[in-house]
Amino acid sequence: MTAKVIKQETTGMNGDEAIAFAVKQCDVDVVAAYPITPQTIIVEKFSEYVANGEVQTEFVCTESEHSAMTASLAASATGARVFTASASAGLALMHEMLFVTSGSRTPVVMAVANRALSSPLNIHGDQSDSMAERDSGWIQMYVENAQEAYDTTIQAFKIAEELDVSLPALVGLDGFTISHTLENVNTLSDDAVKAFVGERKYPMVTTHEGKQVPFKLDPANPMTMGPNVAPAFYFEFKRQQEEAMRNALIKIREINAEYAKISGRSYGNGLIDAHKLDDAEVAIVVVGSTAGTLKVIVDELRSEGIKAGLLRIRTFRPFPAEEIKNALKNVKVVAVMDKSMAPGAQTGTVFSEVRNALFDLKQRPLTTSIIFGLGGRDTAPRDLRKIYEDLMKAARVGQVDSLVRYLGLKE
Amino acid sequence: MTTQEWKFTAKDMAIKPDLFTSGHRACAGCAPAAVLRLVMKATRGPTIVTQATGCMEIVGSIYPYTSWNLPWLHTAFENAAANAAGIDAAIKIMQKKGKMSKEHIDIIALAGDGGTLDIGLQALSGAVERGHDFLFVLYDNEGYMNTGIQRSSSTPLGASTTTSPAGSVIPGKLETKKPITEIMLAHGMEYVATATPYYWKDLLTKVRKGLEVEGPAFLHVFAPCPRGWRSEPSKSMEYSKLAVESCIFPIWEAVNGIRQLSTPSKILQLAPQKKKPVKAYLEGQGRFRHLFLPKNSHVIDQIQSLTDARWAKLLKQCETATN
Repeated sequence: MTAKVIKQETTGMNGDEAIAFAVKQCDVDVVAAYPITPQTIIVEKFSEYVANGEVQTEFVCTESEHSAMTASLAASATGARVFTASASAGLALMHEMLFVTSGSRTPVVMAVANRALSSPLNIHGDQSDSMAERDSGWIQMYVENAQEAYDTTIQAFKIAEELDVSLPALVGLDGFTISHTLENVNTLSDDAVKAFVGERKYPMVTTHEGKQVPFKLDPANPMTMGPNVAPAFYFEFKRQQEEAMRNALIKIREINAEYAKISGRSYGNGLIDAHKLDDAEVAIVVVGSTAGTLKVIVDELRSEGIKAGLLRIRTFRPFPAEEIKNALKNVKVVAVMDKSMAPGAQTGTVFSEVRNALFDLKQRPLTTSIIFGLGGRDTAPRDLRKIYEDLMKAARVGQVDSLVRYLGLKE
Repeated sequence: MTTQEWKFTAKDMAIKPDLFTSGHRACAGCAPAAVLRLVMKATRGPTIVTQATGCMEIVGSIYPYTSWNLPWLHTAFENAAANAAGIDAAIKIMQKKGKMSKEHIDIIALAGDGGTLDIGLQALSGAVERGHDFLFVLYDNEGYMNTGIQRSSSTPLGASTTTSPAGSVIPGKLETKKPITEIMLAHGMEYVATATPYYWKDLLTKVRKGLEVEGPAFLHVFAPCPRGWRSEPSKSMEYSKLAVESCIFPIWEAVNGIRQLSTPSKILQLAPQKKKPVKAYLEGQGRFRHLFLPKNSHVIDQIQSLTDARWAKLLKQCETATN
């Protein structure tokens, strides 16, 4: 990278600690949260920062996740920069408020240490929790490791607070695999992060008197926020959220590039992260930490002369359909791996969206859906290698074995 | 808390501009709307209002219009107190960091009985336990009126609602009203009070006292709903008076747990002969009409004895507090 890259410190941290450290550096005004495994380390670590006077942040330990998201929204509406964290059942309890937060256009940032949903009760990692919130109007970015968890949290504040975005953003990290696993994390200086994220800005709105005022609760400029909106206007509000998502597609790319200049680190184009995909005959599409193992497998297969590739979707909302289409257009067979399940949907959620994105291609790759890792089920490198081998076979015979497969299932 | 006596005169009230303004779409005779207007008359400076979903939220914020002449936030039904918590946290830290003017800002959270006693109780209890600086005003019209008159835990014994209808076997709601002020007092709150809009000066004073508390304060305001109660729209203020005179809804305030009757209820303590029978309050309200059938007269007796018992208990509580 360029010579401007800032000197960094390397510290051993797990994903949760890396996020807490990033939040500490982002000059966050309010953190409102409720504990839940595997997110708890984030709020514990942050509580220590508060207790030791290392941050200027009002920390609100709410009595539920519903109130955590409500207080986050309300603090953000009052003008504060706000962070929260949750997972699984906690995220599900927030469900109602996730829609209200995005609809209120309050740029709250939330880390979700992805965990399975009950029933049966399971505290381990899969992505069912935030995938179930895909239509809640939140930006969703999923990371591959603790380093990216740190980097993405910093970027998330900047993305969410962009004036033409003004949407809440979720950073998803695989429970335990990332949240609890110690890694080397390079961190920027406090000043560098502060300068990168900047102060929170507010969209200006025109009052009935024609005055331009910042969009927040302010006794100097009374504003009614969260009104009752009839059919005559509701649709327009929702359409504007989609517009904001379109803008986010651009901003995420820009901010990924801008961040690379100071840190030396970028994640694909910010939306998707391709590995040896240019001339690939077969490819796997995945979200989250599994990409790390898959890269090793791809390199191994490449050394054996097999044209394997990998596409990691980093930004799931807004969905980068165009980028995915272009990245996969020359691939013969694609497997899309979902670490969540949508019972009754026939295939995985990410699979459905990827296949949808490919539909307009004149020559479409063959596609297959793989459900894996539910409730923390381990996925071994040999299982992943086997997928590529099956894809090569499908490429030879011109058809896939099945529409959907359950990897590592005892049956 | 300051002990300054507030002198809200009718003239003062007329001069002070409305912060909950006319043009809202509340029904004729809506006491909650009158309560909101009165509450806002008692504000003392920069104020942010947050409100739970409900009739009063709907009628004042129909986009692109608003009745709110101060910053106002609505997010959902069960979380008015959590809204207040977030606003309070943001103000505290932003003032500390110099991101906001240091002038004190009062926070008022408004909710109906559903948004307070039922679905909103958890958020309220949590916000009070954490000690956020806000005044929570419950306007109690004793049911889910916005969704079409369903029973809440605040609906009184015997009342007919669409989910506790008076039938040939069941004479309306079988359960009594949840004692919300006792629950709030048990939190150790500095200020808890009850009021009705008929005694408007008392109501305004209590709002102001609640705002003066540095921490959470709770005000329970009785607010007749002509649609839900099947009562004459012109009689909402009369019922706000009869509820006090019959001891169905005594008015009092508790400062640091020390409870004192407010004048209209105090008079009844001193002159018990002035206490009206509950019948005087119940009759004329369509929701209690079935109780006046001979087969249901026992329910009226039950309401009377429960009211007497509660009143006697309250007198004791006030006595214990002052002695």
